[in-house]
Amino acid sequence: MLSYIVRRLLWAPVVLLAVSLVTFTLGQYGPGDPVEVLLGRHTNPDVVARIRHERGLDRPFWRQYVDYIGKALHGDLGESFQYRGEPVGSLIARKIGVSAQLDLVALFLSLAIGIPMGLMAALKQGTWLDTALVSFSLIFYSLPVFLTAPFVILALSLALKLLPAAGWGGIFDTHIIMPALVLGLPGVAVWTRQMRASTLDVVGQDYVRTARAKGLLQRTILSRHIGRNALLPIFTLVGLSLGGLVEGAFITETLFGIPGIGRLGVESIFARDYPVIMALTLIVAVAFILANIFVDVGYTFLDPRIRYR
Amino acid sequence: MVAEATLLEREERGQSLWLQSWRRLRRKRVAMLSLAFLVIVYLGGAFAPWLAPHGYNEQNLEVVFHSPSWRYPLGTDRLGRDMLSRLIWGARTAAIVSIAAVATGSLFLGIFLGSVAGYMGRWVDTIIMRVGDIFLAFPSLLLVIIIAATVKPRVTEFLTRVETRAGISGLVESGAVDYLVVFGTLALVGWVGMARLVRGQILSIKERPFVEAAQALGASSWRILFVHILPSAISPVIVTISMAMGSAVTSEVVLSWLGIGIQPPNPSWGRMIFENGGVVTLRIHPHLLIEPVMVVALVIFAFNLLGDGLNDALNPRVR
Repeated sequence: MLSYIVRRLLWAPVVLLAVSLVTFTLGQYGPGDPVEVLLGRHTNPDVVARIRHERGLDRPFWRQYVDYIGKALHGDLGESFQYRGEPVGSLIARKIGVSAQLDLVALFLSLAIGIPMGLMAALKQGTWLDTALVSFSLIFYSLPVFLTAPFVILALSLALKLLPAAGWGGIFDTHIIMPALVLGLPGVAVWTRQMRASTLDVVGQDYVRTARAKGLLQRTILSRHIGRNALLPIFTLVGLSLGGLVEGAFITETLFGIPGIGRLGVESIFARDYPVIMALTLIVAVAFILANIFVDVGYTFLDPRIRYR
Repeated sequence: MVAEATLLEREERGQSLWLQSWRRLRRKRVAMLSLAFLVIVYLGGAFAPWLAPHGYNEQNLEVVFHSPSWRYPLGTDRLGRDMLSRLIWGARTAAIVSIAAVATGSLFLGIFLGSVAGYMGRWVDTIIMRVGDIFLAFPSLLLVIIIAATVKPRVTEFLTRVETRAGISGLVESGAVDYLVVFGTLALVGWVGMARLVRGQILSIKERPFVEAAQALGASSWRILFVHILPSAISPVIVTISMAMGSAVTSEVVLSWLGIGIQPPNPSWGRMIFENGGVVTLRIHPHLLIEPVMVVALVIFAFNLLGDGLNDALNPRVR
């Protein structure tokens, strides 16, 4: 088990190196000359040549790549083109907090909707309510966020006039509710299914029967004996939802005008701001790899039958 | 229960795997409904030039924002273009892109690389699967966005050069580059899932006695792989194809919505959602947004339901 984790952790840097090489190559052969982006089209060729030299853009591909990796390991991710030379590190640091808040609220909302739904479905197993809850959650699971967003905006903002349609005001502002809901909806199905399955596992246990025989209130059994034990596997699976959140954030943040890293990513792709694109890709890849390892390891603790060698 | 099982067996005895599966699938109402819907959408796309009452870019500024009526069943948009016609032409785009992407990515690349990895094993397996790991280190949609945005100008440049050298024209102007880039990117990213699946199947099948028998009879590796092993691995492949088609449609719509997929004036559902997605349009003419969103949602949903149904029909063991 330990050797499996160690091997996965050792493999991660190799994948990251490959990821960075792919992105770097795309940046090199991709469109747009960075100096041109920085200075505009009609500039003195001498100045252009000087800047190219200063930034090391006239050196061979491999030298540039090795340089980039060396600097990146020291925390220097280069300078953004579109934000007039702001260091990429500080730019992302400024925006990642916003995305983290949004993701957190989205995760909270999807858990808050999914867990009761899963519990309900399990307790009413085999009835129409069970089928209805599971298929209802699956509808949102299969729809990408930019399809659900218009309906949520239409319902909550335009028809009921409950919430503002777009904008950002931090985690304690009503602006966050709608994008977080849209971002969290696909995850609801995951929690509903998982909670349903784990509740069904727990309901048949001896200690639940004992609790019933003791004459405890249904409410007490539900919260202390069933709920608490059924929730355990859920929290180890939270890592799994990270990928969906990151992917959804690109579109949700663009749709709702939220100044997080998702919108920064989309902006950078259009502005051909390669230092930012590369840094974001690497950060996402790191998060993704760690989440996958976390989930794999989590599974083995949950299900002793799974053994990695 | 027992009687039912024997009845089922008797009915199925002597029928081919395909006929059996088709019969089982036909009993699933939801899956059949999904299949019928998808066939209608794809055929609608294929026959768009004859079916659509108007052209996809035929503007009529006298009937801007027309509400649904007999003449324009689904209304018209801000340029007076018929929504129904644009949806039908959008189906054509979605059909072209998804079929091309799944055929080259999942079917060709995925099955080929997966079976080679599974059957050859050793370093071939390691290389193919490790490359796959790298693709899986990104959220796939993100990877698609980055590749499509980066590669497109290069492809345009290349095609322009080809055109001037070959003395033809119109290829770049027609927007063929968009289609090429979108489906190419999807294919490039889409092979991994299928390759992993096929590899897993082959690893389990190649230890079975009938493979050993074929080896003992002196059949070549390629013959064993393509004649004996692959047909046994086909049912999960079909299920995966259904799911892959759904996600290819989603990706095309997302890319076009972001503005790096199919460019106007060419028709795409993603463009329609983008153009009619403004808050002002949504407030006054919500049907303009709801129509394309509903079509895309139903297509994605139908592919998933069909996949579920196929899974039940083709894998009788897990019933």
